[in-house]
Amino acid sequence: MVTLSSDSRPIIGRGPPLGASFFFLALLSVIIMVVDHRGGYLETASGWLRMATQPFYAVVDAPSQAWNWLTNSFADRGDLRRDNQRLNEQLRTARVKLLRFDALIEENQRLRAIREASQGISERTLIAEIIKVDVDPFRHRVRIDKGSEDGVFKDQPVLDAFGIVGQVTRVDRYGAEIILISDAAHAVPVQINRNGIRSIAVGLGDVGKMSLPYLTVEADAKVGDLLVSSGLDGIFPSGYPVARITKVERDPAETFAVVEAKPLAQLDRIREVLLLWQRSPSATVPAVNDSAPTAVEKGKEKERPNASVPAPTSIPAQPSTRPAAAPSAAPAATPPPTEPAPTTAPANTPSRPAQ
Amino acid sequence: MATGEGRASGLRVTFTVILALIFMIVPLPAIIKPGRPNLLLLFVIYWALSAPRIAGLTFAWLCGLAVDLLTGTLLGQHAAAFLLVAFLTHRSQLRMRIFPIYHQTLTVFMLLAVYEFLVFWIDGIIGQEVTTWLRWVPVISGALVWPILVAVLDTWNRRGR
Repeated sequence: MVTLSSDSRPIIGRGPPLGASFFFLALLSVIIMVVDHRGGYLETASGWLRMATQPFYAVVDAPSQAWNWLTNSFADRGDLRRDNQRLNEQLRTARVKLLRFDALIEENQRLRAIREASQGISERTLIAEIIKVDVDPFRHRVRIDKGSEDGVFKDQPVLDAFGIVGQVTRVDRYGAEIILISDAAHAVPVQINRNGIRSIAVGLGDVGKMSLPYLTVEADAKVGDLLVSSGLDGIFPSGYPVARITKVERDPAETFAVVEAKPLAQLDRIREVLLLWQRSPSATVPAVNDSAPTAVEKGKEKERPNASVPAPTSIPAQPSTRPAAAPSAAPAATPPPTEPAPTTAPANTPSRPAQ
Repeated sequence: MATGEGRASGLRVTFTVILALIFMIVPLPAIIKPGRPNLLLLFVIYWALSAPRIAGLTFAWLCGLAVDLLTGTLLGQHAAAFLLVAFLTHRSQLRMRIFPIYHQTLTVFMLLAVYEFLVFWIDGIIGQEVTTWLRWVPVISGALVWPILVAVLDTWNRRGR
């Protein structure tokens, strides 16, 4: 039984009656919910309020920070030496690869100049650290320690060393929330690197699995195919690895094959992620905030009906700057004006079905 | 004298609320993560029963708003759910206080279920529903924690008096 503290007189009969204050507060919460859900008029107010929650994240994250610091500062000399050697080797191989890329980049720019297409993407990155807090057990959202102070903006793509991690959904002053590509409410437009077939990779709420529901039975997808972002959403730049196909099941009676893929980014293990700016942040921030379709995050319902018809289209083998056939899922995924790379022409060309 | 005790109790309430908010976002192993009991809600119910003057409806509403801010959900969602639970608790406060512990646990179980249902419902309205049955586990784990929580807090309150 609950002990009564000294001031245990019922609040009924004192102050405003219970029902009245319940009604008032309930009305207030409904208003807040509606205003927050539609339009997000509360951005600034909630931004300030969220700053007050920052100490909680700091407190919760402190033990793991301390542990990291400890292991770093008391690392074994032999370990360090081994690490150093390994990293040196990695750097050397990466340098060699880069040598080739330099030539390729130059060639690419020359070709673009010939075609008078937009310049290639000039990118800026920033490393952000993931704060070890659990915000919601059923949604794949994580917090990072960089916020609007560092130029982070909504819908910004987030990567790690292996592939796309997700995108920024909410920005505070000193932190931001990112949604992982494995979240059940997230979808990335992708194409198969081998042959350029386009589709959409939908998260399933499972860190190790994504699904490609819009590949037809006769689409040319194999286990082991690399999926790269197609850039059609105007959020993720094209050409970044997303996942690798792990399962293809074809039932001739069905229209669509059952295709599963495993995300390449180490979604459950990463500690650091890369934030990506496609141009200088000052140029990108306002434009993207105004005009970027919040395509992928909420667009799952939007894209589902449209994409079921033309999604698996095939384009010429090399990824061209001008998509030969854009899926007519495009209304949800038309790139904003700042998006540099694809679609120099509005891609209203009738889509060709897969061969 | 009354004000002094009131302040001490207020401090205690604040302390438990901060503790519960921290517990809400502490990383747990993936297996037990979905079953994390909603400690803050249990504290709100407890204080609504034992110190209704401090822990009124506004207090519960502010706690819910803090949850919304902390976990990044729709602003006002948890606030409304906390408010509803606090309202029901305050309505039946005089009865609930003299319930035997098992009866009280059952009532708390029902309050937690109402809370989860309201959160689930609002999730559904804004199109972000989480349909896994795992989301109902906190109702059970919270009800199991309730007797322990009451025992600990009662001891603390008696000693602190």
